[in-house]
Amino acid sequence: MSIVFDRPKSLTDVPLHYCPGCTHGIIHRLVAETIDELGIEGKTIGIAPVGCSVFAYNYFNCDMIEAAHGRAPAVATGAKRANPDRILFTYQGDGDLAAIGTAETVHAATRGENITVIFVNNAIYGMTGGQMAPTTLPGQVTQTTPYGRDPQIAGYPVRICEMLSALDGVALAQRVAVDSVPHIRDAKKAIRRAFENQINKRGFSIVEVISSCPTNWGMEPVKALEWLRENMLPYYPLGVYKSKE
Amino acid sequence: MAEKVLMKGNEALAESAIRAGCRCFFGYPITPQTEVAAYMAKRMPQIGGTYLQAESEVAAINMVYGATSTGTRAMTSSSSPGISLKAEGISYLAGSDLPAVIINICRGGPGLGGIQPAQSDYNQATKGLAHGDFHILVLAPNCIQEMCDLVSDAFDLADTYRMPAMILGDGMLGQMMEPVALPEPHESKIEKPWAACGTEMKRPHNVINSLYIKPDELERIVMDRYARYRHIEENEVRYEEFMTEDADIVIVAYGASSRIARNAIMAARAEGIKVGMFRPITLWPFPKKALDRVADTARAFLTVELSMGQMIDDVKLAINCRRPVYLANRTGGMVITPNEILAKIREIKGETL
Repeated sequence: MSIVFDRPKSLTDVPLHYCPGCTHGIIHRLVAETIDELGIEGKTIGIAPVGCSVFAYNYFNCDMIEAAHGRAPAVATGAKRANPDRILFTYQGDGDLAAIGTAETVHAATRGENITVIFVNNAIYGMTGGQMAPTTLPGQVTQTTPYGRDPQIAGYPVRICEMLSALDGVALAQRVAVDSVPHIRDAKKAIRRAFENQINKRGFSIVEVISSCPTNWGMEPVKALEWLRENMLPYYPLGVYKSKE
Repeated sequence: MAEKVLMKGNEALAESAIRAGCRCFFGYPITPQTEVAAYMAKRMPQIGGTYLQAESEVAAINMVYGATSTGTRAMTSSSSPGISLKAEGISYLAGSDLPAVIINICRGGPGLGGIQPAQSDYNQATKGLAHGDFHILVLAPNCIQEMCDLVSDAFDLADTYRMPAMILGDGMLGQMMEPVALPEPHESKIEKPWAACGTEMKRPHNVINSLYIKPDELERIVMDRYARYRHIEENEVRYEEFMTEDADIVIVAYGASSRIARNAIMAARAEGIKVGMFRPITLWPFPKKALDRVADTARAFLTVELSMGQMIDDVKLAINCRRPVYLANRTGGMVITPNEILAKIREIKGETL
């Protein structure tokens, strides 16, 4: 008997702490498979964020650095500038990348910092128990928008890929989702491209992954994926927003 | 000894850092330390190092965090308001046991304050830089030669003890020119097996981290770190004594104010008042034991500070309040004069001698 499906080498053999139905596990796997396929495990350095994926440093089987909240792109910049031959990726959630770390994100992007950013957008702060994120949809109920997000009070959600696509330093800005098998396949291709861009010194690549949070959305996992398709995808259309050839 | 060259404090410090193996500098413009960044911008490309102007002080310290995580010697420099912004990153450096060198060319505060020399960040540097239980090494030069020598030592100390080290200067030291003998370029031999620089498939993966969810684990890590701090307090204290042997009044001063105090001491001695000086060079670890010994013979102490009096508390603690401790100070960027110090010395003589 031959093994046809196994844990990627670039994932450690420890149980993930994520909630049942959370898609972080899928996204971790896609990143790890990519690192395996490109044969870059020994030269890759990952930057973990603050948020649900804070323990990513335990899960990826490459050197890892845990950053302060939102600072991952600056930390990756420092590590990459000191080691231009290494492959640097950050793994960040929406609060980390699009709220407290907006300045670091935008400036790493506009410098064309040769790093890969995996941006997980599930429209909520998960780790702290479900508060409004910068990407929370209008009308969406969270712990801190108990009557639904009112743009007149809480402002509008931020569309990161659209925003970054205006910057010269960005090599790739692509939005994908992991709610279905075809979408997961597309997500894998995008992530691989984002790493290949770095290997080929093309500059800043970001893959935004639309993700679900059954626990804090208060839904069963399958229902959460339906909600994602019905509500998030219209507001955050999938596609390539910037691609430098 | 190398030939002496005339250099501005900020530039001499930058050149010395490069010679000590600093290969990454991340900064943000702020008066009165901008010459450090300008010098690094010119020199780093010549030696294959990195100079990068960050989008903020916050980003700069986190770039340092990234570079030093991979084992590269890295530095940032700023002035008071900028150091406050870097505080978060410095706490993370301390919590992750990472070496780094941070320069604070101190100016008046609080808030935007001013741009003239001050020493009002003493408490921030030595006690309350950011959240959590931790210390950083704090070295206080009082001449351009020491700016050079101490920045070099700061890199070695930071690597040896795996913790951030700060050079606490002031606008006066940063801006003035003096002849200096620059150190020869030297390579560090301190190994960094902990560095997250890529496994090359030759070892298990390294993790740089300050998060410990289990409180007993965090407590143990912090207590281990404090055991290291106690070792540093025993072994790395530096200070200089000037005419303290027969002194009735001992001035305690560091940095720029220690230079001004010297003139006051000579003037007081000409009047027959026996004054000496104890100059801490390491502000953390503070030279407690050495200062306490001085209190065996001195009858009064006088701290001279360009602040509302911050180090004075450490002096009182070091000598267990065995002697009266006075303060001569200016603040807000105003620089005290030898005559102002002398007036205070005369006053102390009338009260206690």
